[in-house]
Amino acid sequence: MSDPAVLSEREQKILGIIETARGKRAKFRDERITMAHGAGGKATQSLIEGLLAPAFASETLDELADAATISAAGSRLALTTDSYVVKPMRFPGGSIGELAVNGTVNDLAVSGARPLALSLSLILEEGLSAEDLRAEVEAIAHAARAAGVEIVTGDTKVVERGHADGMYVCTTGVGVRDRRANLSPRALRPGDRILLSGSIGEHGTAIMLARNEFELDAEIESDTRPLWPVVDALLDAVGPELRCLRDATRGGVASVLNELARASSVAMIVREAEVPVRPDVAGAAEILGIDPMYVANEGKLVAFVAGGAAERALGALRAVPGCEAAAEIGEVRTEPPGLVLVETSFGGKRVMDQLVGDPLPRIC
Amino acid sequence: MKFVDEFRDAELGRAVAGEILSLVEPGRHYKLMEVCGGHTHSIYKYGIDDLLPANVELVHGPGCPVCVIPMGRVDDGIAVAHQAGVIFTCFGDMMRVPGSDGSLLDAKAAGADIRMVYSPLDALRIAKQNPDREVVFFAIGFETTAPSTALTLKRARAETVPNFSVMCSHVTIVPPVRALLESPDLRLDGFIGPGHVSTVVGARPFQFIPADYGKPVVIAGFEPLDILQAIEMILRQLADGRCEVENQYKRVVPFEGNLRALEVMAEVFELRPHFEWRGLGFISHSGLKLSDAYADLDAEARFSVPGVRVADPKACQCGEVLKGVIKPWECKVFGTACTPERPIGTCMVSSEGACAAYYNFGRFAREREVV
Repeated sequence: MSDPAVLSEREQKILGIIETARGKRAKFRDERITMAHGAGGKATQSLIEGLLAPAFASETLDELADAATISAAGSRLALTTDSYVVKPMRFPGGSIGELAVNGTVNDLAVSGARPLALSLSLILEEGLSAEDLRAEVEAIAHAARAAGVEIVTGDTKVVERGHADGMYVCTTGVGVRDRRANLSPRALRPGDRILLSGSIGEHGTAIMLARNEFELDAEIESDTRPLWPVVDALLDAVGPELRCLRDATRGGVASVLNELARASSVAMIVREAEVPVRPDVAGAAEILGIDPMYVANEGKLVAFVAGGAAERALGALRAVPGCEAAAEIGEVRTEPPGLVLVETSFGGKRVMDQLVGDPLPRIC
Repeated sequence: MKFVDEFRDAELGRAVAGEILSLVEPGRHYKLMEVCGGHTHSIYKYGIDDLLPANVELVHGPGCPVCVIPMGRVDDGIAVAHQAGVIFTCFGDMMRVPGSDGSLLDAKAAGADIRMVYSPLDALRIAKQNPDREVVFFAIGFETTAPSTALTLKRARAETVPNFSVMCSHVTIVPPVRALLESPDLRLDGFIGPGHVSTVVGARPFQFIPADYGKPVVIAGFEPLDILQAIEMILRQLADGRCEVENQYKRVVPFEGNLRALEVMAEVFELRPHFEWRGLGFISHSGLKLSDAYADLDAEARFSVPGVRVADPKACQCGEVLKGVIKPWECKVFGTACTPERPIGTCMVSSEGACAAYYNFGRFAREREVV
């Protein structure tokens, strides 16, 4: 066989074609919306970058950050919005109401903004019991108090039976950019460290188990919680050396890493053995044939910090109640740009790819 | 996790990798095929080929049961799924496999009631819960999954569930391996035998490989140490000049297989005269259909399906890639007409197929040292 280090002309050419195709903006060419468009992977990306962003032609939107920055009257505000359609409405560790508050304030927090206020839209299905509604309204009120935000405006709509799974919730959040924060998805530099604020995969696994499709018993609770205290602690400890933050929701940690590797044109190496996963989550994921790195979290963030600040940042993280399991899981490198590599616990390497569609379990 | 972590021990892995290195003849290139898609998955997941010298090459075989389903069969499934009143059930990863006009996921988005199940028994349960709907299970897979389909059919018969039927696309492992071995341009030195299939069929059916074709076979488990050890065992056979079927996965695979499972399969299924494989063409006696005794539970008899054969695109060279004759980038459509987003052949359909893997990780995948 020829020396694998020497690429044939044909191979060079093909690799060139692939690089070009990859560098192009994702196109939205599908005939219909499928569940894959909502899964946070490549299909979601094609929907956002191929249809939505070009249609609205906004420089702010083009940054595709978790929250947009608006400068007005001398202050810098952050704005974000999100919809919540989780099924079942209540699950171990939380409910749709709590999620609707925490999810939105977390998008503000990881953008370096202290959450101020929320709007609340409720889409209710005909027949929803008042008891369920009351419980969710209380959950929303409680979560808002815990996160230190006010619900300041809202809307209600009712749709016919069969048109919503009980209720859908939309929240929009406003926050104030913190002066200590200078975060950008394009700010990553080789040598930066990748930190996780705690163990991963709990929310998505709790939801899967709560759907009762698998007849698996495990006491796994959603990790839903507001992240501003975590961000605040990080900003205090390492402020300007903090490059970027992301909450690892839909698509999991793997999606966050891939997105940022592309945005900053850097490579990342993740040491699998350092990634905190609770044994019950690891067990459930093993049985379900799903990788926890792709499973949603609702109270965990990924932080990128300059190499010299990693220890201070980790210390600050671990001092926040609930983040005792925080860990440094890898670092940013130069080559190959745009790719996330994993050093497996077994001692091999692989590429941690972007999700193509919904994470579907394998039969073999 | 007990009984799992033991087989993922990095230190033991390094020791076996050292053994492998000592068995490799300098300058010789070894091509070993892992027949089973489950092995391919483990090899990627743990980065096992990273622990091998570059002149030990793993070739991904035809054993990914969803990727080998030809477009015409997917089209038939979609046609059934679209019929009024039908709930169509299938395994998760089958939903992404493209037919000639989209996948089952696309059909679901277009309005068909398609549901993912983990077991055919779940499909039967759905049928019992929805007596006014026709519930069809799209049965795929090798001898690994065929017994559970067979058992489900027996239960459907025993419990009289009239609204349940099965669209059978089960396949058998020996014919495609034989077809590969028959091709004159094959360049393989040995086989990692399929562990899951072997729990059912045993080790015996693979004896023809050393006997008729002179290639060693080691049946292997799915943890990284299992696979490394199997590679070590194949290389040792080659170094010793031996050639036989060995069983690395003794903790699960009995030599004779699972006789009860084989019995149930024999009762419920019979061989089709031939079955088409995506990328490999028609292979005689390689597919299963329901036996006459179970014909009334056959979805293909209950519903009209187009049954139109959709030829693999002529330019697709999956067969050659599978045989190790050409590399993915040497295929005429690779990277241009055939991409992971719009796959043509089986090697691009699965993310672990040789072509998809090369497309995604290409340059990186080639940074190993030659011994």
